[in-house]
Amino acid sequence: MTDQKFSAITRRHATGLLSAGFAGALAPQGAWAQSRFLDIRPGSSFRPIPIAVTNFAGDQGPALSGIVTNNFARSVFLQPLEPRSFPQQITNPDVAPQMDAWRTINAQFVVTGRVTRAPDGRLQTQFRLWDVATGQQATGQQYVTDPNNARRVAHIVSDAIFSRITGEKGFFDSRVVFIDESGPKERRVKRLTIMDQDGGNVRYLSRGDELVVTPRFSPSSQDVAYMAFGQGDPRVFILNIETGQREAVGNFPGMTFAPRFSPDGQRIIMSLSQGSASNLFVMDLRSRATTRLTDTAGIDTSPSFSPDGSQIVFESDRGGTQQIYVMGGNGGGAKRISYGEGARYSTPVWSPKGDLIAFTRQKSGGFAIGVMRPDGSGERIITEGFHNEGPTWAPNGLYVMFFREPGGSAGPRIFMADVFGRGEFQVNTPTFGSDPAWGPLLS
Amino acid sequence: MVFSFDARALKIAVALCAALAVSACSKNPNEDGAAGAGGLGMGAGAATPGSQQDFVVNVGDRVFFESDSSELTSVAQATLDKQARWLSQYPRYTITVEGHADERGTREYNFALGQRRAEAAKNYLAARGVPASRMRTISFGKERPVAVCNDISCWSQNRRAVTVLGGPSS
Repeated sequence: MTDQKFSAITRRHATGLLSAGFAGALAPQGAWAQSRFLDIRPGSSFRPIPIAVTNFAGDQGPALSGIVTNNFARSVFLQPLEPRSFPQQITNPDVAPQMDAWRTINAQFVVTGRVTRAPDGRLQTQFRLWDVATGQQATGQQYVTDPNNARRVAHIVSDAIFSRITGEKGFFDSRVVFIDESGPKERRVKRLTIMDQDGGNVRYLSRGDELVVTPRFSPSSQDVAYMAFGQGDPRVFILNIETGQREAVGNFPGMTFAPRFSPDGQRIIMSLSQGSASNLFVMDLRSRATTRLTDTAGIDTSPSFSPDGSQIVFESDRGGTQQIYVMGGNGGGAKRISYGEGARYSTPVWSPKGDLIAFTRQKSGGFAIGVMRPDGSGERIITEGFHNEGPTWAPNGLYVMFFREPGGSAGPRIFMADVFGRGEFQVNTPTFGSDPAWGPLLS
Repeated sequence: MVFSFDARALKIAVALCAALAVSACSKNPNEDGAAGAGGLGMGAGAATPGSQQDFVVNVGDRVFFESDSSELTSVAQATLDKQARWLSQYPRYTITVEGHADERGTREYNFALGQRRAEAAKNYLAARGVPASRMRTISFGKERPVAVCNDISCWSQNRRAVTVLGGPSS
């Protein structure tokens, strides 16, 4: 239902919103990369882009532009300027700001906008991104939608601006499933929960009467796979978050856990325990055909497909301790890729861009989150400390979320960091939160 | 420490019985060990032989493991020997062996590790004559610690396999 509502957002590259001079530069495909304003990669002389997001006009304007500002504050690459420093009160968002004034606070971009009600009651949101250097409008768009979608429009506006400046895909218009935790640690109540990537729009998907862990988003549908403790063996379930319908994934003699969808959303890969061993299996969700992928006496778990489905990364203790292995998409040919001295590696997740694998690393009593290339080279630690666990990728492959345990009777919190380790932010959740799983871009 | 947790659980069970149903609690006093646990406060020796409390207090319902290990220590083997004797003496119980891990590991691996520990205890009991048909295993990974604090002494209590008595085998 929500999805239908979302698709009702209409987007116009409204001619009135694009200054004539710039329209030509925006239109051609492929012109995007060349016209980016910021190279985000390491090695380039990276500095976050100072951007002034002015209050959008209209009653609902400031709330919406506030969400945009908050998004940018967690983007690492864009740096929203303090509104108190703004040299000009924007009275007409359609008119170019006084660029000389904005230059005095070193703003590189100014965002103006307006939120109005159309005669039919729908919300009409428009924004313009102004390049202070040239005085020109860099992009501008208008969206018309149901008023309930105001938050989503703010995320879509954020993505449009983020993409225009960085040349990278956006990620703000996305959601995260996670486990909401409450109560004492010995009897923790865990609930399946969904929120916007910025912590807004929290919605509970389970009541807390059963233990649920490790939710994972489908890349192509409104389904979430997770592990639940109900009657009998704990096992993997799939829940449709719109209809509330849920079903067990297969009926195996033993515990199933560590589920993850294939990139096309048609299969589930997971661990099955048989006796004291845990091995990897994949199940086709339509035919229900199940295929064994590994056959070890040890523990194989936390599998994750490469974005093209041709490879699988997973962790195994077949060599003595937890390490990361890569094998073919149909199993076979497993090769160890993690070799850090005195370190154990776990929870590998393939980036949606394909270029990196994020992992948890245990070393010297601490738990770190890091990334490495699929051949094991280029290991880089993003954050380390007492206990960081379970990275999940933003849909554009530029950020990870993970959870951090402080130890003792307190509980975990969810954090987000950029893949280069330049910035880290807590994602606000109502109580303790763990096991975040980032969903696909909605638009 | 470990024991006091169970004592609390039993007290709750007893209190619930007292407060709630006369029927459900008093129907099978010998089958349902919890019903016989009223004398808990009187000390270990007072446990009714063959009761759940007898098993927990006089036999020991759990064994502990080294970090990231499912090997049974000599202490663990001695406890399981006693469990096997007791279970042979009271064949009316089925059991569930729960495997647990401490918090110093990643969640998914810990489910597998807990399973491995539960299997190790179960296999040992089977080798000591407890029929496999009376036993099942389940892993809780790191989801259900008994001790909550922030040091090694604590974590070691959580690396455990607990033998939980169930009703009669069907």
